[in-house]
Amino acid sequence: MTPAKMQQQTELMYRTNRVRTKSAAWLWSLFRYVIIIGISFIIIYPILLKISVAIMDKQDIYNPTIFLVPQHFTWDNIKMAAEVLNFFPALGTTLLYVVLTMLLQAASCAMAGYGFARFSFPGSNVLFMLVILTILIPTSTLMVPMYLHFRNFDIMGIIHLFTGKDGVNTINTLTPSIITSMTANGLKSGLYIYIFRQFFKGLPKEIEEAALIDGAGGFKTFFRIMLPNATAPLITVMLFAFVWQYNDTFYTSLFMGEAELLSNKIASLPAHASAYINNALMIASPGAEPDPNHVAMVVDTGILLAILPLIVLYLFVQRYFVESVERSGVVG
Amino acid sequence: MRKIKLTLSQRRMILGLVFIAPWLFGFVFLFASPLLQSIQFSLNKLTITAGGYQLEYVGWSNFKYALFEDATFNRLLVESVGAMAVNVPLILFFSLFSATLLNQKFPGRSLARSMFFLPVILTSAAVSAAESAGLLNLLGDANAAEEMSGASGQFNTLSLMYILIDAGVPEVFVDYLVDAVLRIYDIISSSGVQILIFLAALQSIPGAMYEVAKIEGATAYESFWKITFPMVSPLILTNIIYTIIDSFMQSQVTKTVYSTAFESLNFGLSAAMSWLYTLVVGLVLVVVGALVSRKVFYQN
Repeated sequence: MTPAKMQQQTELMYRTNRVRTKSAAWLWSLFRYVIIIGISFIIIYPILLKISVAIMDKQDIYNPTIFLVPQHFTWDNIKMAAEVLNFFPALGTTLLYVVLTMLLQAASCAMAGYGFARFSFPGSNVLFMLVILTILIPTSTLMVPMYLHFRNFDIMGIIHLFTGKDGVNTINTLTPSIITSMTANGLKSGLYIYIFRQFFKGLPKEIEEAALIDGAGGFKTFFRIMLPNATAPLITVMLFAFVWQYNDTFYTSLFMGEAELLSNKIASLPAHASAYINNALMIASPGAEPDPNHVAMVVDTGILLAILPLIVLYLFVQRYFVESVERSGVVG
Repeated sequence: MRKIKLTLSQRRMILGLVFIAPWLFGFVFLFASPLLQSIQFSLNKLTITAGGYQLEYVGWSNFKYALFEDATFNRLLVESVGAMAVNVPLILFFSLFSATLLNQKFPGRSLARSMFFLPVILTSAAVSAAESAGLLNLLGDANAAEEMSGASGQFNTLSLMYILIDAGVPEVFVDYLVDAVLRIYDIISSSGVQILIFLAALQSIPGAMYEVAKIEGATAYESFWKITFPMVSPLILTNIIYTIIDSFMQSQVTKTVYSTAFESLNFGLSAAMSWLYTLVVGLVLVVVGALVSRKVFYQN
């Protein structure tokens, strides 16, 4: 074989190899897109379905040829669901409640996380194990004592000591939620403390030493230097706290069962929607039975209305959230 | 008044205690004392009175009742452990797979990421309860269209099952897979947080490791099992524990505990039930933790 021919052959080999790796990469990226689009579709399909139901007229329910795009549009379902849910007042109360608990939880958990990450005091490791314990013990174990505790609220018998009366009934007020979130013992607080601790552990110690030399005290260092650096875990924790508190039925049904909160309203929505439609029918034509599918339509629309604020919020913060995932200290 | 001189480390100690003081206060009064009380309640019969409650010691009878006499409790307990055993591997596998996908560079990655995290926002006990009560079955049902046109546009699970069984795949495994496919939405919607944790872990793996492996001639498959998997394995343990706890939180047992307390007003029984449940969860966590942590690779 002449050297020229050999070179030709190696070149050919290189070229086929390149074509092969290129087509493999292309196939893989096609496969990846198919999978990602598929999973994304599964995730948003229920939302699409609810949107479709929300704007669909009653007469389209039994038309089997309709899929996602309705033939007759109407706002009736949305109006009805909003009325059954008492939507805007309930949303206002919910937002107020959720934002309040979110801020308190983020503040108390950030402080605790910082305390565990940066200071060593006798038993600090044992105490941190106890934080993990709060994540592990099912909340239902504490349910009854917590309820009785807040039904008869009295810290260390102070009220009894001074007034001679028994404690105050704080059920169905904001007090239980404020107290639990202020003391970093609210919904999933252990997880938030953990996230903050991991993040603060990852920050270089030199920052604080510099602040100490410049004469900043512990709190000043925390608020002026550590917190502004902690936007990533703050956003993550605040989003989680907001969303989980918004969706929570455990604490709300336990402490605020009678409050005008959307999670309470959604839980009782099927019954209320059916009663509402029944009432409307009774006025129009006595003796008529409500169509269960119509009730289901209103329920679905109500669910959509309730999760809509979360979706809108997510659209705004998802960029920070997705970015913060890369830098937050979720890693153990 | 004389000022007490403290060393720097003593001052730091006190400062640290001040930072965790809110949590410590909350822990003692809102976690530890209810926990002890709950043990006490489980051994007593509790009656609510006008000014509080009264206890009447009954020994182990609440536990005996929950385990041997209550019609549904032990069945629910076993069922929730069974459901967990089915779900945890699926969720873990799915979330590791999705995190690996989302960690690769491709156009539209941030859009895909925000899509995959959407379920974290949307999982809600209230919504799922209302959804199961809503009975909208006719809408958008591909079966109706199928019957009318005679064409099959839907994914046919039955034929897939036959194909797999014919191919010699064990029947148990086929059942498991088909079940997973049918519940894909549940699995996706409960793996949001796990995807997040895995993704963060994947991003902390230095890229140089993959480069070295590539130069040494490792395939993508090899570098996954030799680099990615060991590096994320500590987080696999974290995720297993998180998933187990999460799946128990949403189980029927929690609802039974709640309704026993606040609908039947049998607080003692409810406390006993929740303690049995806690013991089962704890046992599962210890067993799984011990098994998995043997296989976990730690860098140091």
